[in-house]
Formats: sequence, structure tokens, C-alpha cells
Amino acid sequence: MILFLQQIINGLSVGSVYALIALGYTMVYGIIKLINFAHGEVMMAGAYFAFVVAISSRFPFPIVLFISMVMAAIVGIVIEKLAYKPLRNAPRISALITAIGVSLFLQNLTLVIFKADPKIMPVLIEKKPINIGSLQIGTVTLTTLILAIVFMVILDVFIKKTKPGKAMRAVSEDKDASVLMGINVNKTISITFAIGSALGALGGVLYGITYTQVYPTMGIMPGLKAFVAAVLGGIGLIPGAVLGGFVIGMIETISKAYISSQWSDAIVFGLLIVVLLFKPTGILGKNEKEKV
Amino acid sequence: MDRKILKNYAINILVIIAIYILLKVLMGTGVISRYHQGIIIFIMINIILATSLNLATGFLGQLTLGHAGFMAVGAYVSAMTAVALKANFKGMPDLVMLIISLAVAAVASALVGIVIGVPALRLRGDYLAIITLGFGEVIRVVINNIKATGGAQGFTGIPKISTFDNVFWITVLVVLFLYRLTHSRQGRAILSIREDEIAAEAVGVKTTHFKVMGFAIAASIAGIGGGLYAHYIAFLDPNTFNFMRSVEILVIVVLGGMGSLTGSILAAIVLTIMPEALRSFANYRLLLYSFMLIIMMIFRPKGIFGTGEFSWQGFYDRYQMRKNALLKREQE
Amino acid sequence: MALLEATNICMQFGGLRAVDNFNLSIDEHELVGLIGPNGAGKTTVFNMLTGVYAPTEGNIKIDGVSVVGKKPYEIVRIGAARTFQNIRLFKDLTVLDNIKIAYHHELKYSTLEGILRLPRYWADEKKAHKACLDFLKIFDMEDYAETLAKNLPYGKQRKLEIARALATKPKILMLDEPAAGMNPQETHELMETIGLIRKQFDIAILLIEHDMHLVMGICERIAVLDYGKIIAVGTPEETRNNPDVIRVYLGE
Repeated sequence: MILFLQQIINGLSVGSVYALIALGYTMVYGIIKLINFAHGEVMMAGAYFAFVVAISSRFPFPIVLFISMVMAAIVGIVIEKLAYKPLRNAPRISALITAIGVSLFLQNLTLVIFKADPKIMPVLIEKKPINIGSLQIGTVTLTTLILAIVFMVILDVFIKKTKPGKAMRAVSEDKDASVLMGINVNKTISITFAIGSALGALGGVLYGITYTQVYPTMGIMPGLKAFVAAVLGGIGLIPGAVLGGFVIGMIETISKAYISSQWSDAIVFGLLIVVLLFKPTGILGKNEKEKV
Repeated sequence: MDRKILKNYAINILVIIAIYILLKVLMGTGVISRYHQGIIIFIMINIILATSLNLATGFLGQLTLGHAGFMAVGAYVSAMTAVALKANFKGMPDLVMLIISLAVAAVASALVGIVIGVPALRLRGDYLAIITLGFGEVIRVVINNIKATGGAQGFTGIPKISTFDNVFWITVLVVLFLYRLTHSRQGRAILSIREDEIAAEAVGVKTTHFKVMGFAIAASIAGIGGGLYAHYIAFLDPNTFNFMRSVEILVIVVLGGMGSLTGSILAAIVLTIMPEALRSFANYRLLLYSFMLIIMMIFRPKGIFGTGEFSWQGFYDRYQMRKNALLKREQE
Repeated sequence: MALLEATNICMQFGGLRAVDNFNLSIDEHELVGLIGPNGAGKTTVFNMLTGVYAPTEGNIKIDGVSVVGKKPYEIVRIGAARTFQNIRLFKDLTVLDNIKIAYHHELKYSTLEGILRLPRYWADEKKAHKACLDFLKIFDMEDYAETLAKNLPYGKQRKLEIARALATKPKILMLDEPAAGMNPQETHELMETIGLIRKQFDIAILLIEHDMHLVMGICERIAVLDYGKIIAVGTPEETRNNPDVIRVYLGE
């Protein structure tokens, strides 16, 4: 029983990282209907920023994290301006291929700068177990979970209460109408990329700390799974990304612990297929029929 | 058959034979090394994969991100069939063995395509893409973890029966097959689904039927491509058929032009050679590759040929038009 | 027996009854107009008749065959073709290919015969090519045969959409607001096209329309829909003078 609870907590912690990354996918998809394949690499970039800052300075964890998130936000904005904006009116698949191109580019840029071998992430969060009864939780696991939840709450407030947040919702609802309402669409898209990328970086830093290393291809699998999480919850929907992230993290952890670690990926993707077949728009998505 | 079509056929057959003879002579005289011969075979396998994906994505309009999955099914089924044939029928000619193995692979991939396609093709656009992505990953994990495929250690001892000759002619047949399919009443039905599925249904096109058919054919041909790959490389590693492999094929299709077979052929040539040609840049190779990809998409979002096909007749007509225009200008 | 017979059809969307006990019968050769203010349920009726939605209650028969629950393409085979309010053409294909796709059912060769280019392929394709060109000639569009559909002017796009529907050889043609978005010149052209169809083809037409002028000008019988219910059926003259219709359109 204790072991099971332990697994649940691990699942929540893994899930919260997926949820953070999934938020970036879902926000970008919601606003420009693009599957931003480069998002996994933005997350990787975030982890590398933290790595570089941590080894070259003595800044405490919060400052390292802050710098990493800001840098990733800038990367996100630059990617959108240079690579996606020129293709806003092109066929959607061309934009998709460009996103894949950007993803490859960032991976290989990192490879050229840092070489392929994994780098050890400095200890940013002191590791010691916290005992609650006979339950033992690592500080990293706990910090991950708490940070993820805090930022999700901040995001929720930002989107619901602030002006730029409302603009984001308006643009994802109807871009043309938002222009008529005087919303600066370009700026709103930039803000979306910035926030999505910063959250992705947060996920990346936490992921790097959890697995104690960073490497150029580290964004691929978590990126893919976070994307699956976003779709599972209902792509374009912020609560959907959070729910999907936790569901995926939980299923992955539980199946690794009780079924087989080799098959856990197949279980995650298989689940995605099954859910999409029965509810194509994801768990929280509304079914839409094309208008005739 | 009218004269113009006959003439076009004649020109194309001559061009294909000329390319074949040219490559043969260059290989015979050693101008093309064994290493380069390998690249040529990879180009042709990529042509098979890209043109088949083009049928599903460019002609039928169903974005697929799991083409490597079908390729994997074909590769493993073909490899296993050939191994079984070799063990049970000693002295079977290589070509017969290859044809039987590829046929079994094609049927197996088509069946998998139907099993995935029937439920998945009800979904539109991005959702189909995601479901095929999931499927590709599941296939890979399954191959990695079962005994029959050799698991993560890979599949060894595959008869090496793909030669330049048979890969070349199978590629020609595949492209001819796809060209004729897309230029028939079935092909028009497939195109109408890409253009507007609701309108297609409203003029009596059985959309579900043609969607599954197009998807299954695309899967089956990808299986043939996978089989040829298996019999050339003689060793299969399940992780070659990952998501990135599907993406590479999709990149060829989009860059060549969705709905243009000739575009896919040209892009397959360019994109297979490019990473090889950039080899001297060592670590910067893939960086340049991805950079060029982004640039090409930004400046040519509809691909090299758009939805059009390259034809010698069209080339000649344009040449004539340009010549006439020049003559006219000179006269003025 | 009527060609199209809708009896007591209803459509319930959640708590909303969009169409309530709708009855309509159309005889062969008849040109019937269905009018009503915005939101009266015209398009819903139309979507039920063409198989996009299945009615929650009631029955629809076309040429004696019940079409409830049938797929749109099956209904086309039974003999009902349609156009769309917002024109839906195969935009990146030529005008001729647009017609050929609708002519699909007249070509009989199998996929294999097509791939092997057997004689039946050539015979069928040749026949289809000629038939579709002749078809375009009727609409005076043969010069556009090789033009991409998206490059046609608006009025011609509508004409092509109607021609394409007719190429399926229907017994009844249903037009969903064909004059929507048209200027007076284009509307005039549309009326001529409808006149042409009446003369050249042996079919019934159901017309859903906003444009009163168009409906009054060409329809033989008009049904008026309001809040999902038929409130009047009659000749244009009768409808024009019906107090219920006047109330619905002009207010009290």
C-alpha cells in the first residue's frame, strides 16, 4: 500500500512535468492551430540554460530557474517571428514541416555547441528524503509538484483576469474578429509563445534535475509524451493539458512499476489511440461537426 | 489510346531505359563506387516510401505521421518470409524469393493499414496525424519487445537479395502504378476527398471506401519499400523505424509537392543526397540540413512542383512558348 | 405518387426542436420553393433531406425509397442531388474533372482494369470525357473545361456546382440558397440557368431561398417555414397574400 502511494506521488510528479510542457503545446495550438514540434526542443534549451547558468555561477535555484525561463521565452518568440510567422497563411502542413525543421535545428545546434554526451546537471535542489509517516518523498519530487501547481495557478489567473490573457482567449476563438476588436494579434501570439516556452523551460529544468543530466535529444520523448497529453486532454484547452499530463504521468509510472518498463510507451500511445477513437477531441474536448 | 499519350509513354520509357543503362555503365566502369551505389538504392527506396505517402497525404489529403510504422511491418514480414523460404526451399532463385517476400509484406502492411485506417479515418486532419503517430510508436515498441523480431538486438541473417537491378525496376513499377491509379476514376474520387469531403459525398463518392482503399495501398507500398530496405541492409534495428523516419518521408513529400509524384521523386533524390554531400561538414551536417529545410519551406511552402506533375511534353511546350515569346520580342 | 415525400419529420437538437412535424411532397417536374425567415429551420430540413442529419422522427421517401439513415452518397444514387449554400467545389481541380467526379457512377472499370489500362479503361474514359464536355456545353461552359474551379468568377462557380449536381443524373435537384451573395446580374444568370434545367432535364427542383424575387419569379409552389413549422403552402400568388406569411415577414 505504501509502495503504491509512493508510486502515485511519483506519477503526479512526472505528470506535472508533462503537464507543464503540454501547456505550451496546447496554448500554441489553440492560438495558431500549429502542432509546435519544436516545443520539446525549447524545453531542452531551457534545461541547458539552467545547466550553463548553474555551472558558471553560484546563483541559487530560483534565480537559475528564472534566467532559464526568460531565455526560453525569448527563444520561443524568436522562433515564432522567424520561422512560423512567414507561413501563417501557407498550407498548415508546411508550417508543421517548418516546426519539425526548427526542432531538428535546435537539437543539432545544441549538439554542435555542447557535443552529444550527456552533461551532469549540478545539484540545484538538495536531495534528502522527507518522511511523512512511513511514506518517503524526495525533495526533488516535492519541489517539482509544488512548482508545477504554483505556475499552473498563476497561468490560470493570468488568462482569466488580465488583459493580455483575455486577448489570448479572444485570438484563439476568432483571429479576424479579434483584429476588429482592436487586439494586437501579433503581440498576443508572441506572448503566447513566450509563456508556453517559459513553462516548457520550467518542465525542462525540473526534468533535468530529476534525471540529473542534460543532453541534446532529451526533448524528444518528453515532448512527444507531453504532446500526447495535450491531445488526450483536448488540444487547445488549458485544463485539458493539465489533466492529460497527470493522466499520462500516472499511467506511465504505474505501468512501469507494475506491468513492464519496456511496454510502458506502447501503453501510453495505445491509450491515446483508444481515447481518440472514442472521443476524437480528447477527454475535455467538445465534439464539433463540420458545418454544411 | 491517342497519339499524344502514346508519344508520352514512348518518351518516358526511353528516358527510364537511358537512366538505367547510364547507371549500369557508370557502375560497371567503377565511376559509381559501391558506396555511391548504396546511396542510389536508398534514393529509390525513399522514392517508394515518399510516393506512397504522397498517395495518402498529397492525393487523399490525410496527414499521416506513422509511415515508418508501415515500413517496419513490411521490413520485418518480408525478412521473416525470406528467412523461412531460404530454410525450406533450398536453391530457390533470389528473384523469386524476393518477389514472394515482398508480396507477403505488401499484404501484411495493407492489412495493418486497414485495421488502423477503418477506425482512424473517421477523424479529420490533425487527429488522424496524431493517431498514426501513436500507431508508429506502438509498432516500434512491439518490435522492440517480442522474440520473433529479434527485439532490441535487431534482426540478423536476412538474405541480401535486393540488388540495384530489382530495386530499380520495382521503383519504376511502383511509380507507374501510382501514376495510373491517380489518373483513373478511382484516383479522381481520391482527389475529390482531399478537395472537399462533404462535396465528394454529395456527388455520390463513397468516401469511406476510397479513404480506406487509398490508405491501405499507401501502407502496402510502404511495406514493399521496407522489404527492399531489409533485403539490402540485411540487418534490422527496430529504432530505425522511429518517429523521425516518418518525418523524413513526410518532408520529402511536402518539399516535392503534395500530390506531385514527380516532385516526390526529385525531392527524394535531393534529400537523400544532401546529408551525404554535407558529410564533410561533420557535426554541422544536420544543422545545415535542418536550416535548409526551414528556408525551403518559408520560400516554397507548396513544395517544388505544387500539385502539378513534371512532363517532357509540358517542358517542351514551355520551351516553345518561351522561344516564341523571345522571337516576338526580337521582331518588335 | 410524389417523387419526394417528407412525412412528419422532426429534428431535435438537445432541448431545441429545430424542425417540428414538417410535411412536404414534391411531384415529378415540379419546382418548389421553401422560404422562411432566418433561423426558421430551412437548412436543417435540407440537411435531413440530403442525409447529412437523420431526422429524429418521421420518414422521408425519394422515388418511393425511404432515405432515413442513409448516407449522403447513397441518397445521391437514389436520385437526389444538392448544392451548398457556401459553394463547395473541388477547387484545385479543373472544371471538367469536377464534372467527371460526379459522373463517377457511369464509369464501370475496376481499379485493376484502370491500373493495367485495359480496353475498358480507355473506352469508359473516352465516353466520360465526351459526355462531360457535352454536359458543359449545355451550360455554355465548355471554354472553361481546363480552368481550375477556384479561378472561375462567382456566378460561374455556382453554375458549375449546379452542373456537377446534375451530372449525377438526379431525379430531384435541391438548391440551398443558390442566390446567396450574388449581385442582381449574377442572380439573373442563375434564373436563366434554372430555366435551362427545366427545359433540358426531366427533373424536379427544390429551392431554398432568401431572395423573394427569385422564388416568386420561378417557383410553381411555395412552402413557408417558420419556427420549424410549415405555415403556408400554395402558388406564389396565394403565398404573397397569405396573412400568416405577411405577419412572419413584415411583422404585425
